[in-house]
Amino acid sequence: MDLTYSAEYEGFREEVRSFLASNWTDEDRASTPPPEGAAVLMGAVVRTDDRATAFRIKAIEQGYLYRNVPRRYGGGEQSPDTLKETILQEEFRKAKAPWEIMGQGPSMLVPTLIECGSEAQKERFIRDTLLGKLRWCQGYSEPGSGSDLASLRTRAELDGDQWIINGQKIWTSNADTADWMFCLVRTDPEAPKHDGITYLLIEMNTPGITVRPLRQMTGDVDFNEVFFEDARVPVTNMVGARGKGWSVSRSTLKHERALIGGSQIARRMFDGVLFLAMSLNTRGQLAIHDAAIRRRLVELEARLLASEYHGYRLLTMSARGEAPGRASMVTKLYATSLNYDITQLGMDILADRGLLGAGEDHAPAMGMFTTAYMWSLGILIAGGTANIQRNIIAERALGLPRDPVMSARQSA
Amino acid sequence: MNFGLSGEQVLLKDTIRRFLAERCDTSRVREIMESDTGHDPALWTELAGLGIQGLIIAEQHGGSGQEMLDLALAAEELGYAATPGPFLGSCMATVALIASNNDAAQARWLPDIASGAVLATFALSEIDCEWDPARMKTRATGSTLSGTKCLVPGASVADVIVVAATDADGPGLWLVERDAAGLTTTALSGVDMTRRIAQVTLQDTPATKLVAGIDAASRARDAGLVLVAADAYGGAHRCLDLTIEYASAREQFGQVIGAFQAVKHQLADLATELEPALSLCWYAAHAFDRLPDQAERSACIAKSHLTTIFDRATRVATELHGGIGFTWEFDLHLWFRRAMFDRGFLGEAGYHRDRAADLAGW
Repeated sequence: MDLTYSAEYEGFREEVRSFLASNWTDEDRASTPPPEGAAVLMGAVVRTDDRATAFRIKAIEQGYLYRNVPRRYGGGEQSPDTLKETILQEEFRKAKAPWEIMGQGPSMLVPTLIECGSEAQKERFIRDTLLGKLRWCQGYSEPGSGSDLASLRTRAELDGDQWIINGQKIWTSNADTADWMFCLVRTDPEAPKHDGITYLLIEMNTPGITVRPLRQMTGDVDFNEVFFEDARVPVTNMVGARGKGWSVSRSTLKHERALIGGSQIARRMFDGVLFLAMSLNTRGQLAIHDAAIRRRLVELEARLLASEYHGYRLLTMSARGEAPGRASMVTKLYATSLNYDITQLGMDILADRGLLGAGEDHAPAMGMFTTAYMWSLGILIAGGTANIQRNIIAERALGLPRDPVMSARQSA
Repeated sequence: MNFGLSGEQVLLKDTIRRFLAERCDTSRVREIMESDTGHDPALWTELAGLGIQGLIIAEQHGGSGQEMLDLALAAEELGYAATPGPFLGSCMATVALIASNNDAAQARWLPDIASGAVLATFALSEIDCEWDPARMKTRATGSTLSGTKCLVPGASVADVIVVAATDADGPGLWLVERDAAGLTTTALSGVDMTRRIAQVTLQDTPATKLVAGIDAASRARDAGLVLVAADAYGGAHRCLDLTIEYASAREQFGQVIGAFQAVKHQLADLATELEPALSLCWYAAHAFDRLPDQAERSACIAKSHLTTIFDRATRVATELHGGIGFTWEFDLHLWFRRAMFDRGFLGEAGYHRDRAADLAGW
């Protein structure tokens, strides 16, 4: 066990630092607006303007970004090296430089296209998606199909060389700003439910598509409902074969869980909550001097440290080419429960100040913690609810049998 | 950057697991724990043959010069198997001797500890839940000790006891031999029959001073915290394994109970808490040797967190086993009782959380 980086990797870190020093200046940093909405939790640089794009292109040329995407599709194309990956993330975050685009396009669609897309689709979509020029939303959930996604009912019928789509999607993040949607539709209602699904790419300005914003409990609008009424999509926009959409989408879901599972959000929230405890007085006493709050802080820090060291362990397993198995399957549930508990302690420290909402000048940190508290509940649901995660852990990691009722209905 | 076990460490762990499965399964555990002393000298000698007692002892003193992480892996395996015996006290006394930098005492005792010929333990706790080596009421005057040590692991079978006490110069460590005048060990009836405890009273008992100050005693305590955390991880892991096995075989309402979501979710939650906690143990063991600034606080955090999880694991396991889990014949109570020991030994979780908050300067 050795928590230092070898000379080779320290050299790499120096190289990355000097690249950042000469390509992302103080002026660039100063002109970067603070993140808003869910990006507050991630602390991400969300710029996609020309300056940020020019920077990303240079960083890709260096092989620093999108390392697992081939160069011919606009990626950095490097052999996998999780230590270098970690160094890059650390240094880019420190320099507040644009990292890979956060959205569902680069993180979910691109890996799917690389695995299952046609050559024409790869060439047409990947490069512009990586640079944020093409923005994507994900058309999976429906009003009647949440955890049981494979029961989805949005229909697509073949008419010559076009699909005609009718139905409705819901919880669609960024549907109002996206150029395209990757979507699961039912193309064969007679087939067993997993076999009748096809994966389609749909341009959002297609006639027959209506987007209606959905306001969530935070008061912000980050989701939408999307309605399809005889919307026509070229048959060439199908990824993988007809009826194979479920398996095409599986690689995508795997990537989403990895995205949400890290401990960076919990670290940011914990540091914020600790700062609150050290700066807020409650009835004449700093919160940090309250015995119960101190113990809760240590309990949460223990879970946070476990999550961070667990990240080192996963990193090591990955660098050694070992299968992480159970170790990686628990990360999403662990991190999202931890986030919720940390922000809940933040609410207890705020005490009556927790009545004040986002943007209120009189609220500590402009009410950011009350919003974070609500968001921490949202991420327990996003990408598979906590109970679905528990099913996955029990069945795939612990080897317990599938629920016979669910198995029976699944194959029906 | 490498946060994983070496090939040798994986081999060590596997060797101990196989050895204990073969030589000390739960029926043997029960025989030993129901004996008068709760200690099997033959097993102790065999463990020494595997190099367990000498793991962190330098090669010049007959050990293999490994690190706390190696010893923690052994503690994890002993916890997994609920192995009875005086392992914890022996390890803490070993660390106390090493940290004392007392060459004469090391040369005299470490080789015999490593070979299993001498059994040592460490006496820290005093009345009213005192585990702080800076606040010992046991007094040293000249070359004798007087006072009472409350919960001393393995004291009834120990050949030597390293005692934390105070003299005119302040706190320090002394060494007392088994036959010393005025030494009385009174075996106590403990919740955990696999790890016996005794009260040790000293009345003008001849003792050798090992070192002045609290550093060596603190190191021994921190080692104990790390090893208890590792034991708790091993025990909790065994509870999870036993319960998965039971839930996969036991049928009710026409199906195995492991197919019910309520059962699955309890086990998934336990696995989710447990899996990352392993890294907290490893880190604390690593910090003990390599990250001096973080060693003490990491030990507090690991002990309080892992013993809390072990406690929860025994509850979930017993609940999911139903009535059988509450019987004497079934093995679960071995770990239930070990969890109760881990929870209180060296001080409860809240005490170490308070210390962690203090050490952070909060």
